[in-house]
Amino acid sequence: MSAVTELPPTMPATPGGRPATAPNKARFSAVWLWSTPPVLLLAAAFLYPLYLVVKQAVEGSPPDPSNPFKVTTSFSDTLKDPGTRTVVKNTIEMAVYSTAGCLVMGFLLALIIAFVPFPGARAVSRFVDVFLSFPSFLITVSIMFLYGRVGMVNHIVSSLTGGAHDTPVNFIEYSPWGIWLAELIYFTPFVMRPLLTAFSQLDSGQLEVAASLGARPGRVVRQVILPEALPALFAGGSLVLMLTMNEYGIVSFTGAKYQTLPVLIENFAKQQTNYAGACALAVINIVLSLALFGGYRVLLARMSGGRRAAVHA
Amino acid sequence: MTEAEAGRPDRRPASPRGGGIRFEDVTVAYNGTVVLDSFALEVAPGEVVALLGPSGSGKTTALRAVAGFVRPASGRVFVGGQDVTDLPPYKRGLGMVVQQYALFPHMRVEQNVAFGLKAQKVAKAEVPGRIAEALRMTGMSQYAKRYPRELSGGQQQRVAIARALAIQPSVLLLDEPLSALDAQLRSGMLAELARLHRELPDVSILYVTHDQIEALTLADRIAVMNEARLVEVGTARELYKRPGTEFAAGFVGNSNLLPVTVEGCEAHADGSFRATVRIAEGADPVVASCAEPAEAGAGRTLCLRPHLLDLAAADHHDNSFTGKVTEVQWRGSAHRVFADVHGHEVRLDTTELRNPPAIGDEVWLHFSAEDAVLIPARGGAVGGADGGVGGAVGGATGGVGDVGGAGGDVTGGSVTDTATDTVGGAR
Repeated sequence: MSAVTELPPTMPATPGGRPATAPNKARFSAVWLWSTPPVLLLAAAFLYPLYLVVKQAVEGSPPDPSNPFKVTTSFSDTLKDPGTRTVVKNTIEMAVYSTAGCLVMGFLLALIIAFVPFPGARAVSRFVDVFLSFPSFLITVSIMFLYGRVGMVNHIVSSLTGGAHDTPVNFIEYSPWGIWLAELIYFTPFVMRPLLTAFSQLDSGQLEVAASLGARPGRVVRQVILPEALPALFAGGSLVLMLTMNEYGIVSFTGAKYQTLPVLIENFAKQQTNYAGACALAVINIVLSLALFGGYRVLLARMSGGRRAAVHA
Repeated sequence: MTEAEAGRPDRRPASPRGGGIRFEDVTVAYNGTVVLDSFALEVAPGEVVALLGPSGSGKTTALRAVAGFVRPASGRVFVGGQDVTDLPPYKRGLGMVVQQYALFPHMRVEQNVAFGLKAQKVAKAEVPGRIAEALRMTGMSQYAKRYPRELSGGQQQRVAIARALAIQPSVLLLDEPLSALDAQLRSGMLAELARLHRELPDVSILYVTHDQIEALTLADRIAVMNEARLVEVGTARELYKRPGTEFAAGFVGNSNLLPVTVEGCEAHADGSFRATVRIAEGADPVVASCAEPAEAGAGRTLCLRPHLLDLAAADHHDNSFTGKVTEVQWRGSAHRVFADVHGHEVRLDTTELRNPPAIGDEVWLHFSAEDAVLIPARGGAVGGADGGVGGAVGGATGGVGDVGGAGGDVTGGSVTDTATDTVGGAR
């Protein structure tokens, strides 16, 4: 005996397969109504200026008879300039080294705050949040107060040695080390914040079971905590990479001997009135940021394999 | 066993095979609050001991003290005869299974099981065999390549057990391992755990639970805990049939705890005593059993299991209380009758009655002397020990899990969980 099932009459379908109904049309109109204004705003405030920057970078500035000092460098001229290449290299190096340092330092500090019981751990964790609101140049200034040529450390050492050593500590100003140190201090909390959140959500039972199975603390960190913290580490690392790539305040305050793209862009635009060159550098900066970010994501996705999916499941 | 006896360390010889756990007056305190107070207990090699008690009774703290996650303020913990009090957890070599499985989500099942083996630096050639064996024992061989997220709760718990067993521990610590499972899975896993223990007879198991069904099913002995102290320890049958404290009587199974006054006491042929007690002036005397002689005039608590009470006929009511029915509940296959007995509420569970009494009827609640257990009244424990615990004397108490009630039915010590609310299994 066979069962016969009578299907209900179907609605007339659109070519796309969905039935064309009045409510759907209304929903469609509402979607357009809500999405058009923000898209227009985005285009006016961001996309069109970006287009102008790219256009000027590619075409260069036309000569201005009223301003004989105006530089009309083209995009290709800027690219060919060895100075530009050095600055691009500096920018990438500083971003990568700072990010690496922040990842290591941030992971260790977050680990200590989250898992090593000490009085004031919660206060320190909260201070990390406050630290995120500080301006970057403030860190540079404070480092200069401490380690600058006329900073406290040099003053103390000079006093102790009777002036035998004038500036024994001299690596902050006009030095990539100073920039790196400042970026390390300033951006490490950006790695710590997502890590601390991730650690707070980690099942403490896993750590205890791991220990009961014979795993020493190092193995627990390596094989249990780190894999589960990878998504947070990725997030923090991505953010720091972007921020350090485009950092202006720290580099500018530390000194002009070591230049990165944002500083050079400001230099071209304001001091050399080379707007075409500034635009060209800006385009390079954008391409670099996106390329490094994309590469970072691909690299870490390969490194982590299916871990993130597993952790997020 | 009384609280006083429970408080003394067990003096059984240590195992030649190196298993077993011994707590020697272990006290644990957090910020001045004592969460485990002078805890003394020995788990023999191959023995399963359940720590049973309500939340906050200190049972998990005791387990964590063995695992090394809490440091006793005083006392010592021994595993296999070795003092491990000062050893870090990773040097104790214990298997541990926790309530929420705590599987490593980024590792496949086989990697989870291998974790302990690698941590203990087991020879590489030996690892695959040990993984396979642990997975076989837990019935998880076909899931070796899966991630924990791809498994059900019961399967995850099996993996957690396999992971703990893979390191071949002499001691297995189970911290409420089934409480995250639904009732059906829990029942299946109980049977699995019992089977596993038969396969691994040398492994000592410390099983923390607040569910008396799990404790009664699995444990060779049960240590009842309350308010950070060990209240009573004994076999499941001892605790159920002959509770030594009001708390144990109320927590392990249901019971009516009634204050009585002893009128006389004499030795019985089985080595125990038979005491004649009276629940109130003018009430008929009844006979109850007790482990120790009771002086005339002394106050005691009479423990009566609801399913061991009978509604007696009017012309046959020796050893019974007379009471007035206050409530009758029909529960399908059973009836639950509440009666007021000289101002105390007494509960009776019986199979379905053809003609149940009506509210206000006078009934006789009969029981045999062997089923009526006389225990020290709260605050007046024989031997002076009192854990500061006790059920509500003068009323019916129901333990967690409700043996003979909602959770299952104890019949001569064996437990089934088929009945929704079965009574009188042993009648």
